[in-house]
Amino acid sequence: MRKNKAIICRCEDITEEDVIKAIDEGYTDLEELRKKLRIGMGPCQGRVCIQIVMKILEKKTGEKVPKASLSKSRPPIIPVSLGTLASGKNEK
Amino acid sequence: MKNKADVVVIGGGVNGCGLAYTLAKRGINVAVFERDYLSSGATGACGAGIRQQWSTHENTKLAIDSVKIFEKLSRELGEDIDLRQGGYLIAVHNKEDMRQSEKNVEMQRSLGLKVDILKPEQITDIVPILDVKAMNAIGATFCPTDGHANPFKTNFAYANAAKQHGANIYTHTEVTGIKTKNNAISEVKTEKGKIKTNIVVNAAGVWSKDIANMVGVNLPNIPFRKEIMVTERFKPMFEAMVISLRDGIYFSQQREGQIVGGLPIPEERSGFKTMPTIAFMQHMARTLTRYAPVLKHLNMLRHWTGFYDVTPDARPILGEIKQVKGFIQCHGFSGHGFMLSPMVTKLLCDLIVEGKTSEVLENLNLERFKGKKIKREISVVG
Repeated sequence: MRKNKAIICRCEDITEEDVIKAIDEGYTDLEELRKKLRIGMGPCQGRVCIQIVMKILEKKTGEKVPKASLSKSRPPIIPVSLGTLASGKNEK
Repeated sequence: MKNKADVVVIGGGVNGCGLAYTLAKRGINVAVFERDYLSSGATGACGAGIRQQWSTHENTKLAIDSVKIFEKLSRELGEDIDLRQGGYLIAVHNKEDMRQSEKNVEMQRSLGLKVDILKPEQITDIVPILDVKAMNAIGATFCPTDGHANPFKTNFAYANAAKQHGANIYTHTEVTGIKTKNNAISEVKTEKGKIKTNIVVNAAGVWSKDIANMVGVNLPNIPFRKEIMVTERFKPMFEAMVISLRDGIYFSQQREGQIVGGLPIPEERSGFKTMPTIAFMQHMARTLTRYAPVLKHLNMLRHWTGFYDVTPDARPILGEIKQVKGFIQCHGFSGHGFMLSPMVTKLLCDLIVEGKTSEVLENLNLERFKGKKIKREISVVG
C-alpha cells in the first residue's frame, strides 16, 4: 500500500496516514481524535482540518459523524495578543 | 455488551480509566461506562498540573505518592504521558500568607517532600520572565518535583492498558439506573442493556451527584465552571508552573512552547454553564501580563471551560458509602482529579480487591461531612 503523506492538519503537521492509524487504534470519536492528534488545537482551530478528518472518519467507520459532535468554537476565534485583551473596557 | 462484571466503573475520565486499569491488572473483571467519549469531562479540560504543595496532610500524601507513580507511568503503561517535572512556584504576597506557607512547608517536609522557601530575588532564577514587583511577591515556595503531564495521553494510556488486561470500556453509553437489594448494589442499567455487579464506582465527576441520587444518596458536590486558555507557541523560557493562591492564577509553558493557564473570573457562580466569557479573557490577559509583562506580545489562541467538582472542604470524596454496600465514591476532586488520580486509584483498588482501607481513605469518606468540623484545603487556584 502506498503511504499517504498528505498533510491534513497544517498547524500540527498531521498526515492522512496519522489520522488513519489513530482510527485503526480505536480513536473513532472526533473529539478523541482531536485530543489524540491535537488537530484543531492550533491557530486555525480546526477550520482547515476538522471537515477532512470527519470525512476520513466517516469513510473508515461507515457511520455519519453527528454535526453536534463537532468541537465548540473557542474564543477569541482568531489569535489576539494578550496586550490587546488586557487593554480596553471591562466586558461582562 | 457483557451481562456481568465484578466491578462497574461509571465515568471514563482519568480516575475511571485509571481505576479500571489497576483493577484489571489484578485480574478483576471491570466494565467502564462513559456517557460521552473518554476524557470528555474535567480530565479533557484540565490544566495538566501535578502539584504536591498542599495545606492538608491528606492531599499532600496523595500527591507525593501520585508523583512517584507518575514518574514510572509512561513505562508501566507503554505509552508516553509527557511528564515534565519543572516544579511549581507558589508566589506569596504578604506576611500572613507567608506564615501559612511556612506551616504548609513544615508539614510537607515532614512527609518527605523537598520544598524550598524562596526570597523575592530568587524567584526570577526559576522563572526569568516574572516581574516580582508587579506581582507583589514577598517570596515564594518551590517544589522541584512538581510538574505537569498530558491528561489526554494519560487518560487514553490508562484506557488502552486496561483493555489489554481485559477491561471492557463502553463509551457513548449512559448509565440510567442502579438497582440495589438489601442495601447492596446488584445491577446497573445502561441505555444499551443491564449488567449484574456487586460493586459500582462512582467516578462521574460533576455528574456524580446524579449517579448517587440513583441509589438515594445525596452528595454535597457543587459544579463550578472554570476557564482556561492557551497561547501560541514560543521559545521555551521556563519550566515551572507559576501559581498564586491570592490572585487565583496558574500558568506554565508546555513542552511544545505554548502557555496554558487560568484563573477564576471575579463574579464566579456555581452551575452547569459551559460558555466561555470575555471577562475571563480580559482578567487573564491583565493578570498574566502583570506577572510577566513580556507576554503582552504573545497571542491567545483560544480558551475553553471545564468543571471543578467542588466539595465543602475542597477535598475528594473517596471510599465506600456506609448505607449502600458496594457503592464506592471517587469524585469531588475540586479541580485536582488529574494530579491525584494515580494514588487515589491505587487506594481504591486495594479497598476493592483486599478490603484494605487506609488513613487517607477514612479521612476522605463522605461521613466526614456529618456534623463534624471539616478541615478545608486552602491551597486552591483556578
